[in-house]
Amino acid sequence: MKHRTFLWFILPSATAMVLFIALPILSVLIQSVFAPHEQVVREVENCTVFGCTMTTMVDQEATRALREAEPLGRFVGFGIYTDRNHLATSEIGAQWAASTGIGDFVNRLLNLPFYGALAFTLTYTALVTPLSIAFGFVIALSVNALPRLFRGPMIFVSLLPMIVTPLVGALILFWMVDARGILGAALQAVAGDPTLSVLASTPLMWTMLIVYGVWSSAPFAFVVYYAGLQTVPQDTLESAMIDGATRWHRIRYVVLPHLLPLTTFMALIKIMDNFRVFEPIVSFNAAAHAQSLSYFIYSDLGGETRLLSSAAATSVLTILGVVVLLSPVLVRTWRSFGRGVA
Amino acid sequence: MTISVRGLALSALLGATALTPTIALAADCGVAAGRVSIVGNEFPAIQSVAAKAGECAGLTVSTNLTADHQKINLPGMQGNPAEYTSAIIGTSSIVALMKEDVIRPLDDLVAAYGQDIPPQQLITIDGQVKAVAFMANSQHLVYRKDVLEQVGLEPPKTYEELLAAAEAIRAAGIMQNPVGGAYAAGWNLAQEFVNMYIGMGGAFFEPGTPNVSVNNAQGVAALEMMKALTAYMNPDYLTHDSNATSAEWEAGNVALMNMWGSRTGVLMDTEGSAPEVHTNTMVGAPLTVGGGTTPATTLWWDGWTVARNISDEDAAATFVALKTATSPALLNDTTMGQAVWMIEGYQPAPVNQGVMETMAMGAQPYPMLPYMGLLHTALGDNIADFLTGKEDAATTLADVEAAYTAAAREKGFIQ
Repeated sequence: MKHRTFLWFILPSATAMVLFIALPILSVLIQSVFAPHEQVVREVENCTVFGCTMTTMVDQEATRALREAEPLGRFVGFGIYTDRNHLATSEIGAQWAASTGIGDFVNRLLNLPFYGALAFTLTYTALVTPLSIAFGFVIALSVNALPRLFRGPMIFVSLLPMIVTPLVGALILFWMVDARGILGAALQAVAGDPTLSVLASTPLMWTMLIVYGVWSSAPFAFVVYYAGLQTVPQDTLESAMIDGATRWHRIRYVVLPHLLPLTTFMALIKIMDNFRVFEPIVSFNAAAHAQSLSYFIYSDLGGETRLLSSAAATSVLTILGVVVLLSPVLVRTWRSFGRGVA
Repeated sequence: MTISVRGLALSALLGATALTPTIALAADCGVAAGRVSIVGNEFPAIQSVAAKAGECAGLTVSTNLTADHQKINLPGMQGNPAEYTSAIIGTSSIVALMKEDVIRPLDDLVAAYGQDIPPQQLITIDGQVKAVAFMANSQHLVYRKDVLEQVGLEPPKTYEELLAAAEAIRAAGIMQNPVGGAYAAGWNLAQEFVNMYIGMGGAFFEPGTPNVSVNNAQGVAALEMMKALTAYMNPDYLTHDSNATSAEWEAGNVALMNMWGSRTGVLMDTEGSAPEVHTNTMVGAPLTVGGGTTPATTLWWDGWTVARNISDEDAAATFVALKTATSPALLNDTTMGQAVWMIEGYQPAPVNQGVMETMAMGAQPYPMLPYMGLLHTALGDNIADFLTGKEDAATTLADVEAAYTAAAREKGFIQ
């Protein structure tokens, strides 16, 4: 393709990417290095139906002058990134000095909101990504082995978790595992412990969120693998059978290598998705036990006093986290692509 | 098919007849033209006020009442002209609107159209009228008369008595977890701490400054009392908000709780619960704690504001429409029991007794400070770590202070 033709070919999508991806990210970056102005507060008398009290209020006149002088706010550089609610650089030093050993230090580190959230987010990503892909593969193999007549209905049923809106799917599961829900009560009966509650224990809540994650994202892997299975070369499979390969051998040495590019693709997508885990935490009211970076952004923006700079900094950190997690897969794709060209 | 079409036609007819009286009632509110657009929370009392505002002759009135009102009222008032000409707000949400300077001082409108508004309804901040209050709300005791009679106890007056009553109910085998509470991690949990800390006599900030001070003896005592209460709650308490707690009550699983006055009407009506539950549901005064005399609860008012970025004509129309909607003309047999109205001619119903007693006991209003919202968020994010036993009270309170301080520094309250 000539350079000129190529340029015209990608211009529309490049424009869209700049407008809808690059510019918003740039605006978030700018937002994250500026913070609101210093608030000029003063004591005022506040009279309500319940009587008069002295209280402090923001001085609108003085603050408006500041705002007009510097509409973006005050420049704080990486001040928001390093504060206690994000990377907490100075707090980590203090905790290191105060801790009695490695174990104690890790505990103190996880008590800082960003690192506590990172611990859950990484655990969730590390477990849900491979498990959902593996489950999807098993379902795809099983459906593919069915007689044609049953495949349509089976595909529909297997896709249901993906069709259900994530919030609603998580809510249904939340009600079921409530201490008075069908699964929660069954679990109490099986364990013989009437005080056992999934929603009250941190390990069980994490397990529940991970189970939900696998349940809701396995259908995606299934549908991609199922499509991939239709392209497996039948000749190779038949010759393998003639050579006496078992079903397991055929999957291990023919099907899996054939589907490897799909697996890489899904790993990329799922790592990105799982690192931004959010809906189940809201639906399960799980904030007491598990928080994620996306949940922080939500709570910064949902409070009575909005923390825009804090939310922006967390967004940038999330993007960086995704880039770090994806880098091994990206490097690998890059290399195999380069090899193919050579 | 015929039937459903006939059904539709019939309901349309009924709708038309239901509308007729509204048109006949169209009242002269003092201003003949203008746009009125109201955003507010969704519960019966506010719905009645909005409906009454819609009866003014000549005015174009639209309303958007939703539980998400706090997320949309500020953006909806920042434009010029503002989409909403009025936001119905409460003790804490007015602070966010004032901080962004989107509401208009009402003194000139009060002078021109509002001479008959009783002065105690005017919310005056720094000498300027910023809102007009029309109802009060608070959390207070709700109890099951029959269950307390079975264990031979009077309704508790303090949290210590409530713990003793809970133990008696559990020991008698009536209920395993007799205490209810909106302890969902986040806003609700923070609100319960605010109540308990005020009951213990604590102050949230060093006087006159935005510097937080909750890591003290009162803070630890408040947390310890909350943890003692959770021992008698459904183990899922950290996921129970006011709705889930009300559902537990209506299911008959709970006999004692601290609940919002605006929600007791639902608990005492005949819908959603067995007769033995709703006939025995009683409201009482808020509880005190730790030998203190200040009740462990906060007072809230609800009122209306007028947006800054609208024309004077629309501001006058909004003012008179809402003034009329919160005047004695609002009160009738239906609306009387919907709230503790701050309106002349209001007769308290038994369901409103809890809020009336809260006011009589001299409870503190929820703090109207521009940085209180940040502390509320920090409390809601951290207290669960203590209740689940992950850390001790002092560590939790230190975490709360550190989280608040970082947020307050970002917002420019602390340098």
